[in-house]
Amino acid sequence: MITLWIDDKQYEAAEGRTILQVALDNGIQIPHLCYHENLSSFGGCRLCQVEVTRDNKTVLTTSCTYPAMDGIIVRTDTPKVKKARRFVMELLLSLAPDAPKIQDLAQEMGIVATRFTPAGDNCIRCGLCVRACDELVGAHAITFAHRGAQRMVEPPFAEEAENCIGCGTCVQICPTGFISMEEQGMERKIGKWKRTLKMKACAKCGRPFISFAEIAFIMDKVKNPPPADWFDYCSDCR
Amino acid sequence: MHRLTSVEELEKIRKITLEEKSKKSSCLTVCLGTGCQAYAGQRVYETLKKEITSHNLTAEIELKATGCRGFCEQGPILVLYPGEICYCRVQPENVPDIIKTTVIENRIIEDLLYQDPVTGQRFIKESEIPFYRNQSRIILGANRFINPQDLGDYLAQGGYRALAKTLEEMTPEQVIAEIEKANLRGRGGGGFPAGLKWETTRRAPAKKKYVIVNADEGDPGAYMDRSLLEGNPHLILEGLSIGAYAIGADEGFIYLRQEYPLPLENLSIAIKQAEEYGLLGTNILGTGFNFSVKIKRGAGAFVSGESSALMSAIEGKIGEPRPKHINTALSGINGKPSNLNNVETWANVPIIIEKGAEWYTHIGNATNKGTKIFSLVGKVNNTGLIEVPMGIPLKKIIFDLGGGIPGGKKFKAVQTGGPSGGCLPQHHLDTPVDFDHLHELGSMMGSGGMIVMDEETCMVDVAKYFMHFLKDESCGKCVSCREGTRKMYEILEAITLGQGKEEDIPLLEELAWVTSNTSLCALGRTASNPVLSTLKYFRDEYEAHIREKRCPAKVCKALIQYTIDQEKCNGCGRCRNLCPQKAIEGEKGSPLTINAQSCIRCGICREACRFEAVIVR
Ligand SMILES: Cc1cc2nc3c(=O)[nH]c(=O)nc-3n(C[C@H](O)[C@H](O)[C@H](O)COP(=O)(O)O)c2cc1C
Ligand code: SF4
Ligand code: FES
Repeated sequence: MITLWIDDKQYEAAEGRTILQVALDNGIQIPHLCYHENLSSFGGCRLCQVEVTRDNKTVLTTSCTYPAMDGIIVRTDTPKVKKARRFVMELLLSLAPDAPKIQDLAQEMGIVATRFTPAGDNCIRCGLCVRACDELVGAHAITFAHRGAQRMVEPPFAEEAENCIGCGTCVQICPTGFISMEEQGMERKIGKWKRTLKMKACAKCGRPFISFAEIAFIMDKVKNPPPADWFDYCSDCR
Repeated sequence: MHRLTSVEELEKIRKITLEEKSKKSSCLTVCLGTGCQAYAGQRVYETLKKEITSHNLTAEIELKATGCRGFCEQGPILVLYPGEICYCRVQPENVPDIIKTTVIENRIIEDLLYQDPVTGQRFIKESEIPFYRNQSRIILGANRFINPQDLGDYLAQGGYRALAKTLEEMTPEQVIAEIEKANLRGRGGGGFPAGLKWETTRRAPAKKKYVIVNADEGDPGAYMDRSLLEGNPHLILEGLSIGAYAIGADEGFIYLRQEYPLPLENLSIAIKQAEEYGLLGTNILGTGFNFSVKIKRGAGAFVSGESSALMSAIEGKIGEPRPKHINTALSGINGKPSNLNNVETWANVPIIIEKGAEWYTHIGNATNKGTKIFSLVGKVNNTGLIEVPMGIPLKKIIFDLGGGIPGGKKFKAVQTGGPSGGCLPQHHLDTPVDFDHLHELGSMMGSGGMIVMDEETCMVDVAKYFMHFLKDESCGKCVSCREGTRKMYEILEAITLGQGKEEDIPLLEELAWVTSNTSLCALGRTASNPVLSTLKYFRDEYEAHIREKRCPAKVCKALIQYTIDQEKCNGCGRCRNLCPQKAIEGEKGSPLTINAQSCIRCGICREACRFEAVIVR
């Protein structure tokens, strides 16, 4: 077990946890956007700033990438931390000014408007979709491409995301509504990934409910595949 | 060739090589570094070869193609020994005359000697030229005697003696102690003590350890590492091997910038030679020490030179920075302790070991020992690669070595430290050039870029230029770095377009704060320097742009106007013929005028006018 201090109180943590995880486990609020409990830490949104003192040196750092270590002193509420978070939030807001989730978070921090002209396409480059697709789904359909302001999430070679199975996990996890999925007859479309998928209809109710690509993916991935007729019916009719 | 199995054998072949070389009475060296090759150096070399053969001089003259000598603007450079007669800007058609007049008849060809652009004085010897005279070339100096593809040349210069000494006489602890005593600091920018880093990796509890050469050299305009790698590759290999022995590593990587074909060629040859001679591989010089080196090609991004990004790239992943709460010296490539140093840092190692830390610490000042190589460019008479003792005042570099500002113009600023360095003004010209002093003033040493700017430089425009580079080279992962650099750039651009607002200066300062305090890697953490240093020393220029919509240096096109002095213009029409916009109006023979609407402020008319009648306001 590791013992560390957060805002003058002592906490215990298991090896391998990050400061952010320890804080959240113990009900200490630290704003965060690119962190997700089921995904690896990324450290891109820069919102989860805290000050950490280790070996008499204090640094401003992101709590989602900093491992809980024995004896470190964490402060989540110093003027420097607040200043950093507020400014970062303002930058994030300028990237997705109309996204409710971003607006709410900004409002909680007392920011109503950003001084910058909206610059973005609504994507804040938090990378949740990429990690979800890699780590939760395992389809590896999309990646980050390019550098600097040109950096964006794309299918490989900016062509149709051939590995995409249309499961919609990225759509669910995106905090700004940047990615959307459309159902058109017997097809499902994810425009951002240039992907169109053929859907299978439920043998009972006739509703298209899963893409053929997803069925093939599941049959291929799982050790004990379900019976062959498992995907004949949707979850409601099954 | 059979592998050398002992230090005695190494000394034996060194002796044979030296004897072989002493049979020739003179040596003609031609620089074939990347710079001189661009000026027909290769053809000069081929012509020399032909002429030497046709004059039956092959038994007397050793013709040698060397690596970069640093004075590329004067290239191709040719030096004849003994006598050290140095000819500059040699062209193939000069060769027959050189052989006949200088080699055979022993007379100097005045026209090919270096001529000082200010005083007009000519110099015979390379070492007398002011550009060289004021340098201390303890690292780069050997380049001029070495054909980088010939191990014999390196041995003739005492090469691999330091490695032999290390393996035969020193314990790893003693090697580290010597490096610590020499206070060798990392030349890649940070100035971190190399000995301390070596010690950390040495002590790390793991069997497998790596040593790495950072040869990514991503700073625009920088080529000190390239010149070392292509001009003296064995020096880097020797330094790296000594480090590997001290640290306890058996494997090394050279992370080489993608666009470096000549260094790749020369390094690959050097590695192969060293392996053949048993200077790399297993049981080196029969001492039981094993060490192998591989070259990894860079990913082509500036940020991949950052230590954690570089290690990701070597692992085959995307070359993007990652958090380093645990030092890469303890957990680097594949989680193994990995010691990374810059090319120039490694190049210092054999010299320290051979000559001793005691000797080495006499060069430099209290906290900065040894020399530093800079690439001196911009508005200065002599440009090129220079190697100077650390702590030398900026003034000395710019005015003594660099020969001052061309065209009698006034000095304005010097930018050091590469793209995320800072600009220092006139009143800081006495500053000693070292890691600590430059940092204190809001600039930095970086890997050694030095750009001199004259009075006709707009400092807002300069800040914009560097921000443009940084915003494109940020990997884009951190919101603060990606958006911070982009927004700083956008504000700077607006200011130079005359659209600056009073709130822009405080906003720039806030953006600079958030970018440098909340970003992950040193790119983001230093990216604000160009903005902060120009705001600190040239704030009045920002204010003139914003408040008066005026560019004091008359650079920002949106804020200047070209007009013709009606008194001075005699209507010769020269400018009218050259103007690409046909913006110059009036009758030939009487004073002309410029139509401000169609003028694109290219400045062609001003350069064309022989009567200084074109004025910029
Ligand atoms: C964006 C960025 C780019 C860098 N590029 C280089 C480079 O091209 N060459 C280099 O030696 N160091 C570079 N560095 C510094 C390295 O991270 C590292 O500090 C250095 O290689 C360590 O070697 P040294 O201690 O010998 O200087 C870069 C750092 C950053 C943040
Ligand atoms: S600071 Fe900039 S370059 Fe460094 S990791 Fe963050 S975004 Fe990438
Ligand atoms: S949650 Fe930590 S940087 Fe995004």
